[in-house]
Amino acid sequence: MAKQRVVVVGGGLSGLSMTMKLCELGIPVDLVSLVPVKRSHSVCAQGGINSCNDATRQLGDSEWKHFDDTVYGGDFLNHQPPVKEMCEWAPKVIDLMDRLGVTFNRTGEGFLDRRRFGGTLYKRTAFAGATTGQQLLYALDEQVRRWEAEGLVRKFEHYDFTSPIVDDNGACRGVVIQNLHSMEFLALPADAVVVASGGPGLVYGRSTMSVMCNGSAASRCFRAGAKYGNAEFIQVHPTAIPGADKLRLMSESARGEGGRVWVPRRSQDTRDPKLIPESERYYFLEERYPAYMNLVPRDIATREIFDICVNEGLSVDADKMCVYLDLTHIPKAELDRKLGGILDIYQKFQGVDPREVPMKIFPAVHYSMGGLWTDYERSSSGGLVVGSPRNHETNIPNLYAIGECDYHYHGANRLGANSLLSCIFTGLMVGPGIENKLKQSKTAAADLPPAVFQQAVAAAKEQHQAVLQRPSSDQNPYQIHQELGDLMTRAATVVRRNDQLKAAIATVEELEQRANVATVVDTGSWTNQNVIFTKALMDMFPLAKAILWGALQRDECRGAHFKPDFSMPSLTSDTREGRLQEAEQWCDRFQANTDKWLKSTIATLVDGQPKLSYEDIDTSSIPPRPRLYGLVGAEEIETVWKRRAAAKSAQVDPMAARAAAAPAVASL
Amino acid sequence: MIASNQPSVIKVRVKRQDGPGQAAYWQHFDIPYEENLNIISVLQKIAAKPITRDGQRVAPIAWDCGCLEEVCGSCTMLINGRVRQSCSALIDRLLEDSPSGEVVLEPMSKFPVVRDLVVDRARIFQALKKVKAWVEVDGYFDMGPGPKQSRTQQEAAYPLSECMSCGCCLEACPQYAKVEVIREAGESEEAYRQRVEAANSVAFIGPHAINQAVLFNSNPTGQFKKAERLEALTEPGGIQVCGNAQNCVAVCPKHIPLTTSIAQAGRAVTVHAVKKFFE
Ligand SMILES: Cc1cc2nc3c(=O)[nH]c(=O)nc-3n(C[C@H](O)[C@H](O)[C@H](O)COP(=O)(O)OP(=O)(O)OC[C@H]3O[C@@H](n4cnc5c(N)ncnc54)[C@H](O)[C@@H]3O)c2cc1C
Ligand code: SF4
Ligand code: SF4
Ligand code: FES
Repeated sequence: MAKQRVVVVGGGLSGLSMTMKLCELGIPVDLVSLVPVKRSHSVCAQGGINSCNDATRQLGDSEWKHFDDTVYGGDFLNHQPPVKEMCEWAPKVIDLMDRLGVTFNRTGEGFLDRRRFGGTLYKRTAFAGATTGQQLLYALDEQVRRWEAEGLVRKFEHYDFTSPIVDDNGACRGVVIQNLHSMEFLALPADAVVVASGGPGLVYGRSTMSVMCNGSAASRCFRAGAKYGNAEFIQVHPTAIPGADKLRLMSESARGEGGRVWVPRRSQDTRDPKLIPESERYYFLEERYPAYMNLVPRDIATREIFDICVNEGLSVDADKMCVYLDLTHIPKAELDRKLGGILDIYQKFQGVDPREVPMKIFPAVHYSMGGLWTDYERSSSGGLVVGSPRNHETNIPNLYAIGECDYHYHGANRLGANSLLSCIFTGLMVGPGIENKLKQSKTAAADLPPAVFQQAVAAAKEQHQAVLQRPSSDQNPYQIHQELGDLMTRAATVVRRNDQLKAAIATVEELEQRANVATVVDTGSWTNQNVIFTKALMDMFPLAKAILWGALQRDECRGAHFKPDFSMPSLTSDTREGRLQEAEQWCDRFQANTDKWLKSTIATLVDGQPKLSYEDIDTSSIPPRPRLYGLVGAEEIETVWKRRAAAKSAQVDPMAARAAAAPAVASL
Repeated sequence: MIASNQPSVIKVRVKRQDGPGQAAYWQHFDIPYEENLNIISVLQKIAAKPITRDGQRVAPIAWDCGCLEEVCGSCTMLINGRVRQSCSALIDRLLEDSPSGEVVLEPMSKFPVVRDLVVDRARIFQALKKVKAWVEVDGYFDMGPGPKQSRTQQEAAYPLSECMSCGCCLEACPQYAKVEVIREAGESEEAYRQRVEAANSVAFIGPHAINQAVLFNSNPTGQFKKAERLEALTEPGGIQVCGNAQNCVAVCPKHIPLTTSIAQAGRAVTVHAVKKFFE
């Protein structure tokens, strides 16, 4: 038998951690990436990476609380076993990255310094200046280069993954890739294929993501029969800097280090912000969320900024949405030490020094919680069975998905600094599962008849030629992309309405028709970026449609998916008694909604159209509870909910119920 | 911030080349002026409508970019003769400095042109292999945290580790000469790559790689391989090629103290050689 090999598509944090782990296990890897892996989008991550740690532990933190914050922040849409496993590994993941030489910021005594991020009350986030993603990625890139030098890794950089190769039994046996310079196609046989291709930001035109984040690899698996989960859950980051080419992120760490969000109380106050006295500033997040202040979860911060600008008319600029993010009260030396990287970005692109003048920021599409559906094997303790070949396998046998392009960990809303963690964790954790997968097989894909691979290459070539040889039309792929981005940004971001979603679905269909005949201006066969872009554009439509259909059908509010027509009301009564009564109804409605909608949306692509079904969520460790950040009447709802939960568990375990009914300790 | 006499168009002159080893030629484009554009958005506008100043429809310009916020190192090119990242090159600033109102874009000259503004920078990464730019850990199991480090150590290492392999320093370095190997007809990708690597392996590794050697030699665990890195620095194409012209440090977009690193590496190499002599 030939040596078994694994193909990893994508060299961001997830793909690189997977590659280095497989190499450690002695498994050779072919690593495919659009760009040299060191330039992958993960370099953009700024703020940091979470884990409970020695300091937070002594304040009452634990792996369990990190787990609880993650599922609560994710509005319980996360399958819990993978999250539990991840949070348990988190301190070890950071230790490993420390050993690999990541230049994490240090305390005076030489320990790793930590900052606070959104959706938690603990300082869990380790960071390397404001370029944590870059530093983490480089450490992994270096390890993979080491394995490359030893001959265990073959890199295919400047290659586009065009499809998985699926055999007659429906199992994945390799990939077809295309050289972005010579435009030649190549088949790589593989005994397991791991897709680690990142997020689909380009479906929204401009976002905080890099230009490679076009979702094409995930979409090509979706086309090949892989299921796609929770597409409609797209995170809009509250704080970005608008630009003609990109919406550059202003990391949550700016607020983690004390940044304050405000608007002038008087609408379109044209005074220099520094001259507006405190009493005339509206620190709306601090006023509305006294516990979390500026660090509420992202979906909430985004909706509040939207509300302040659109409904209250308090946007700083008259013609566009924006609010102040103010760091000017923090000493410059501290800002430089902890946030230098992101402040430089602001200064470079806006021409204003954020150490001196409050920044103007606004929300932008940032992250996809949804992604390729993958399996897992639950352990008896509610985590994962490490080493199970089922972990992170898609419904196509031998095809795996990890990192931002899978649908796990973050539920309906991702907490800041949890993605870098989930990416590195999955690579490390899934490696041994793949090793076992290979051991189960007595054959190697490389021994399959060459015809299997030749056919796959021939099909890819044919498709490519068909795009090149299209008759000329007046349809321009770049124009269509812009229209798609504008449409998706209008219909499927902060606030969603069914009439708009329906209209958007119709328009997307038209755009897809146009994209299918769009003319490729460059018909050459050398470094033809034009045709590669056009093909990627065509692959944005399955994802765009999955997002829109998922959003249309989900008549509720959950995390990043907000439909005002289905929102849960605040309590209105003036008396506690009255509110308690309202809370009963509120909880009835909440329960009914949970029964109906606490489910993952699962899309399969049939004739180019997403067909949706719904999958129950594993909530075996932490029962769902209302997410009450800042809601009027939260206290009463919580009282009622706790009583009900206690009654429910009394049926199971009377002791536990008594404990739960005891007065709650200042819970948040 | 923006001058009142804004031009109505941005005049862009681009040096183009259809493929490796082919002749370069110039094309002119006029882009309607807008505020706050950078070079990337100008190139995007040309891609969407690739028509030259004389109304000729041409193939879109090929170029590399990624993060669009100067952290991935993809988009390096010569802009008005100066090497820099194109994503952070703002048109309004460029126009302030260029009275002719023209923006001139050229590919880097020290790397083989793939097409137009795209160059092959594999040599940058190859040099990182040569100096073993990694920490040689035993493995990826949980072994607890790494060695404790002081804030001073971290603050010295962090700037060195920000190198994004963009190649600006190499473009500016007078000692860094272009290595170009033309692919022969019928030559396989693999055979060609091998020839390229062989040619690169004896040419100057460049300041970025010397800086990485210094970074890993200062890491508490990385220093265990210090001798091997210093050996690599003395091989053909090593630190001795550096003529101390200091051009590199002036153009690094990450403000990495390259000449300090080079001086440090130079001293370490000397000490290492003396030690070896007495061994
Ligand atoms: C500006 C910004 C800041 C962020 N900050 C944080 C933070 O502070 N903390 C945090 O936890 N998270 C943060 N995130 C999120 C986090 O950075 C990403 O979710 C994470 O880096 C994704 O890593 P990945 O490995 O999944 O994919 P990526 O890093 O996106 O890599 C994808 C890889 O796939 C390859 N690829 C894609 N398509 C193809 C194809 N068709 N063919 C071949 N190769 C392909 C690419 O070349 C690339 O190598 C941030 C995100 C952004 C946008
Ligand atoms: S100091 Fe050395 S490396 Fe830097 S530009 Fe001069 S010769 Fe090149
Ligand atoms: S040292 Fe600076 S200029 Fe040179 S490659 Fe690194 S970041 Fe670029
Ligand atoms: S695009 Fe990443 S550095 Fe310019």
